[in-house]
Amino acid sequence: MTFEALCRQLVRAPFQRCEEAFDRVFGGRHNPLRHLGALGLFLLWIIVGSGLYLYIVLDTGVAQVYSSIGHLTEREWYFGGILRSLHRYASDGFMLAMALHLVREFAYGRYTGFRFYSWITGVPLIWLAFVSGIGGYWIVWDQLAQFSATSTAELLDWLPIFSEPSARNFLAPDSINDRLFTLLVFIHLGVPILLLAALWAHVHRIAHVDHLPSGKLMRGTAATLLVLALIKPATSDAPANLAVVPAETRLDWFILFLHPLTDLTSPAVVWSALFALTALLCALPFLGRRQPAPVATVDPANCNGCTRCQVDCPYAAITMASHPTRPGYRIAVVDDALCASCGICAGSCPSSTPFRSQERLVTGIDMPQLPLNALRAELEAKVAGLSGEVRVVVFGCAHGAGAEALNAPDTAAITLICAGMLPPSFVEYALRTGAHGVMVASCRHGGCDYRLGERWTLERLSRQREPQLRGRIPAERLAAVFVSGNDDAALAAAVDDFKNRLRSLPAAGEPLQPYLRRTAHHA
Amino acid sequence: MLKPAAAIAGQVVLYGAFAAVIGYFATDPVYRQIPDDIAVVKVSFSHLGDRECRKRTPEELAKLPPNMRAPMDCPRERSDINFELDIDGETVVKHVLHPTGLYKDGISTMYRRLEIKAGTHKFTARMQDNVKQEGWKFVKEVTVDLKPAQAMVVDFHPDKGGLFFK
Repeated sequence: MTFEALCRQLVRAPFQRCEEAFDRVFGGRHNPLRHLGALGLFLLWIIVGSGLYLYIVLDTGVAQVYSSIGHLTEREWYFGGILRSLHRYASDGFMLAMALHLVREFAYGRYTGFRFYSWITGVPLIWLAFVSGIGGYWIVWDQLAQFSATSTAELLDWLPIFSEPSARNFLAPDSINDRLFTLLVFIHLGVPILLLAALWAHVHRIAHVDHLPSGKLMRGTAATLLVLALIKPATSDAPANLAVVPAETRLDWFILFLHPLTDLTSPAVVWSALFALTALLCALPFLGRRQPAPVATVDPANCNGCTRCQVDCPYAAITMASHPTRPGYRIAVVDDALCASCGICAGSCPSSTPFRSQERLVTGIDMPQLPLNALRAELEAKVAGLSGEVRVVVFGCAHGAGAEALNAPDTAAITLICAGMLPPSFVEYALRTGAHGVMVASCRHGGCDYRLGERWTLERLSRQREPQLRGRIPAERLAAVFVSGNDDAALAAAVDDFKNRLRSLPAAGEPLQPYLRRTAHHA
Repeated sequence: MLKPAAAIAGQVVLYGAFAAVIGYFATDPVYRQIPDDIAVVKVSFSHLGDRECRKRTPEELAKLPPNMRAPMDCPRERSDINFELDIDGETVVKHVLHPTGLYKDGISTMYRRLEIKAGTHKFTARMQDNVKQEGWKFVKEVTVDLKPAQAMVVDFHPDKGGLFFK
């Protein structure tokens, strides 16, 4: 195991445990730890919305900038004051969400291969967020602003970028003028606009982006910040006075922690640490490079250009082009650099049905490492070998709970690259070739390694998404469970429970017509 | 997933913890930049070093094109600047400032932040902006009673009589 993989593992285990503990309280869909990116974006909208009002009422004169913000806090506490508090606390929340998002993506190893672009484009976002946050504190021009402005200038002066020390701008009370605050407001508006543009680039290669978290999570977060704003409104320190050094400051540690760090060490140490950290983040995709998995392949003869794979691909790796041999038809084209090798496209393809009579099943889009033909052969062989009162097939996910350990005389376990790779027709095929029940074990909500596998699987099996499970399948013979890599025992218990339920089913009822491919009438 | 009542209680606790973390670290713990009895002296200036100019002779001026007959011949390069600051007789800053620019024709700048005990101190600042000359061209000596947390600036401006304290 490499050092990088060891570090990742050390972070991943506790993070995953926390996520799963949060699942118990929030449920996967509303779990903030599983939707940190979307939560960060929601907090950013709160910052933008509240910031627009603050911008309207701000007077950028040296004396007026403090009094206009103070007026807002004291006289208009019921509206402007709350918005100011929301602006500050949402900014802190954004920093927290951003940091956790970074740690989470690192822990799950999501920075190499096709994820390289999203990782790299995320690095400048950190800088932009801190530039915007630090600059925002200066606009108030209280003692905290004075401390931050002076410290930042002293830090910047270590870099050989100014002909004159920028700290000279904050030497004495008469060193500053109204234009400084006009410039600061310009920066504080301009940098977040850059941040939004960079965010667009950050999610550019992702399809079906969660631009916002669930309504419940948004309401919960907004209510929490609102209560906090009422209990502890954001206020200003005493007005800035450059003739006096603010000995004590009520520091925002989420954004301004660099200042004490500089005091404790030196500008050289801080800049070295910042540049080293940035370089490390940029180098991680190269340090942790793994053997790329084979990407999806398209078979022109079996692709009818239906676009389902294009729609379902979580990483926008599939585009449509003119079919090379069928005039008027289109064909899926896979971009190797973007393909995650998840197999979700194979699960979405209408030609991925095991009921097709060819000896060798060739589908429109397939995975070389686990072709659907091999999957059908494995299913047929394992179902044929089942014995016992109730015979069950379990489709598991390579990234979720281990299904292979469940193999038993009455249980056939088949592991897929991702649960989203399973065409629903395979469920029917298993039931009609001898299984009494089928269980699909998908990852927990929001826990899919390929983002959308668990969601598409659920929607296909519940007949909300094409390709759907056919209506004739008895609901009681199908079970779906959502389990992570830590849930082996839970999966085993769910399988036992499913078997018991199958045992208690009445034998009567409308049985599914048995199917044997080799003797089927259209074979 | 927990039962609804337990889940709601858990959510209240976790949202509360989120609010507590945000609310606390947004302002606390209070950061103390300097101890109670400390004042700050900021030594900073931005000044063009002197240069040795020579008066051109009439013969030299006559050889030049009419539009270039400047009476003084000044080199492009600026001199280094020597600066020293004594506090209570002890030299605490001794610095040679180099001119900026590829041709060493830019301003010389410095910024230094010193923390000293509050109280009465005698400051002596000396500056020479032409290192070819002996001694100090600018000297300023003051005695200041610095209050705790007071920020005093040692600056230089030719129009304000050279070195000054404020």
